[in-house]
Amino acid sequence: MEHFAIWVAAFLTMGIISFLYKDNAWYKLSEAIFVGISAGYWFVTLFWDNIYGKFWVGRGDDAMLYIGAFLGLLMLMRLVPKVGWISRWPLAFIVGATAGFYLINYFSSNVMRQVEDTIMPLLGTDYSATTYDMIGNIVIAVGTFSGLVYFFFSKEHKGVFGGTAKVGIFFLMITFGASFGYTVMSRMSLLIGRLDFLFGDWLGMIK
Amino acid sequence: MRREIPLLITGIVGVVFVIQYFIPHWPFNRMNAWFSDWFSIVQACAIWLGALNLIKISIQKIAKKKKDWIYSVVILVFFLLITILGFAEGEEFREPGTGFTWLYEFVYTPLSSTMFAILAFFVASASYRAFRARNLEATLLLAAAFFVMLGRVPIGDVISGFMPQGAQLSNLATWIMTFPQTAGQRAIMIGIALGIVSTSLRIILGIERSHLGGGD
Repeated sequence: MEHFAIWVAAFLTMGIISFLYKDNAWYKLSEAIFVGISAGYWFVTLFWDNIYGKFWVGRGDDAMLYIGAFLGLLMLMRLVPKVGWISRWPLAFIVGATAGFYLINYFSSNVMRQVEDTIMPLLGTDYSATTYDMIGNIVIAVGTFSGLVYFFFSKEHKGVFGGTAKVGIFFLMITFGASFGYTVMSRMSLLIGRLDFLFGDWLGMIK
Repeated sequence: MRREIPLLITGIVGVVFVIQYFIPHWPFNRMNAWFSDWFSIVQACAIWLGALNLIKISIQKIAKKKKDWIYSVVILVFFLLITILGFAEGEEFREPGTGFTWLYEFVYTPLSSTMFAILAFFVASASYRAFRARNLEATLLLAAAFFVMLGRVPIGDVISGFMPQGAQLSNLATWIMTFPQTAGQRAIMIGIALGIVSTSLRIILGIERSHLGGGD
């Protein structure tokens, strides 16, 4: 069974990699299997985790849970064209909950905390900062401020303001380049993992 | 009615989530718990809706014998296979040795990781076309990517081994990631967060209604 499983995984891995040559039947087959398996995986997992976990294992006696079930049922009404409009209710609930949650949490974690971490004491809170730390903190403060100036489009980018925005662009370019490099390396690491599987687990060429 | 009730639901739920942050006491803490439960139930149903829609579209494609309809059969077969196994195996469906786990380990995992892995080739080919040092901005982008990529592999330090330790490529890559990259990322993050805050406010107040779609 173990050998069969490895052969199945190798067959599917090669199927996806074959797309590098061109779109072909092997790739389409692997892709179709991926779509079917992914949909089924989430279908089953969310049932056991979100529905079974709440109604059978959790507080199944809490009547308020049934309002959630009712909203979920309304969501499925989307499949019936005549009453599909009623799925706007659960959708409105999801959008409202997400908006309310993000409004506070994003402001707290992605604005206030980030500003707090940007404006650091130059010499450190206990005067222990090294030259390396000081330069780093200045770079972060200047980069963040100038980057934000660049994103401020209500004022024309001219003069000192324009110059600061230009510095912001430089920082943003470094950020995009570094993020790109980082992403490439993470994809490479995944690719190495798959090649390791093919040449190691499957073909036994890497011990 | 078709627009007013959803607007009311969005407003009330959004306001409750905001208030409970400041007043985490009864009744807002209780409402928050209910809403969180409802959220995960509706979330599950939304995924089900997507899956059921996939089945519907696949069946329509098969019935009309559209181009590549045979792959829709494959989608249906594998969807049903993992779904039946997942339900038949009960609560322990994720335990080692179950059919569901077997499909997850030897079908889903290789497929998903290979899908992401081949992006490396597309990213490399895109970068070959996009990365031209035409001006200072493009050169900075190119140089940052170059140093980060080279600094993350052993050969980076081999090439720069003769330089002082602080200037070696792995340390340079770390410096770029820790300081200038963090600065730019932070500016982007703050900008996005302010955008999210203002959009959320517009949604809660009912000014932004695009999520309700057209019609009456």
